[in-house]
Amino acid sequence: MKKQVSLHYEFLKGLWEIHPIFKQALGLCPTLAVTVSAINGLAMGLATTFVLIFSSVIISSIRKIVPNQVRIATFILIISTFVTIVDLVMKAKFPELSKALGPFIPLIVVNCLILGRAEAFASKNKIFRSFLDALGNGTGFLLALVVLGSIRELLGTRCIFGFQILPDGFSTWMVMILPAGAFLTLGLLLGFANAYTKWKKEKSEKEILITN
Amino acid sequence: MKKILQIILVLTFTASISGFVLSSVNKWARPFIEENRIRAISQAIFLVQSEGKKYEKLNIGELDAYKVFDENNNSIGFAVVHQGNGFQGPIKLIFGINEELNRIKSIEILEQVETPGLGTLITEDDFKNRFKNLNAQSIIKIVKGKKPSNDYEVQAITGATISSKAVVEIINDAIAKLKKHNGIEK
Repeated sequence: MKKQVSLHYEFLKGLWEIHPIFKQALGLCPTLAVTVSAINGLAMGLATTFVLIFSSVIISSIRKIVPNQVRIATFILIISTFVTIVDLVMKAKFPELSKALGPFIPLIVVNCLILGRAEAFASKNKIFRSFLDALGNGTGFLLALVVLGSIRELLGTRCIFGFQILPDGFSTWMVMILPAGAFLTLGLLLGFANAYTKWKKEKSEKEILITN
Repeated sequence: MKKILQIILVLTFTASISGFVLSSVNKWARPFIEENRIRAISQAIFLVQSEGKKYEKLNIGELDAYKVFDENNNSIGFAVVHQGNGFQGPIKLIFGINEELNRIKSIEILEQVETPGLGTLITEDDFKNRFKNLNAQSIIKIVKGKKPSNDYEVQAITGATISSKAVVEIINDAIAKLKKHNGIEK
């Protein structure tokens, strides 16, 4: 029998415990490619979260009637429907952003974060839990993209969200807005996340020893 | 047998719903997308032909050219959208040129995927201003590492010679095609 976890944990786990980027290392392609600026990261995060939430809810609601053999095909169909909606809406209402993100919006279809959550969670859980899980994972993804985009934009252009933060005397790090900067930043962030997890684990083990 | 039927039904059902939803969204979005496209073009045209108030599309095979008119309906020249190969991918640009096709008014880069920080300097005013009032009687030439000494020369960006050259070549190509069409041979 599976242990039932509390509802707020379904949401919170996506922010750290099973964080899509730092813990599951899913959806790294868009993470690396679009985060040249904070606004791009925000737009990509919002688009992905939207698709993730809606496809999780729909997949969860039809989980009992979808035959096992065609479940992947059905999931992809549902996901791509929402991605196309996002793509069309962005082209119609936010042409500038749509141009900046280029082919990465249609490529959300193959973002393994979305199919991963559909397969691992939404296809096995009730609608509301799937919604919370998608919301949590989407928020975690969004935050990571904004942080990554902000760091790269700050060091590469002295700005965050287009507002200048660093003085003109600061010489910009060209590498940060090149693809290499994405790998460096993501690698360092992943390293910090792992170091923190390790430190916390050791600390709690020590506490157990002391209390015993 | 029952399983197969279920597979067919579920897939058909999801696919038809998805098709229906997408066609409705598309129907709603189409006019906005078209409007954005036209606005982007007219904005670009009036940017390179600053006195322009009206324009009409010319029918020149592969060349995307527009004849531009001022407020008194006098023709003041052309605006041409053209693209070619840059350093990492295609560069798409628009430029304004006078009626006689011998003086460039200004240029604007529409799309590029050049190296950030180097090739992307072609989108900055500093580079674009080098094309203002350029003599386009014969072909435009690119010079490296020194100030241009003739009015048909453009100085390349240091570290982005290929991108600078690509811009010049695209413009030369477009002017040649336009001249051919207008019957002005060099």
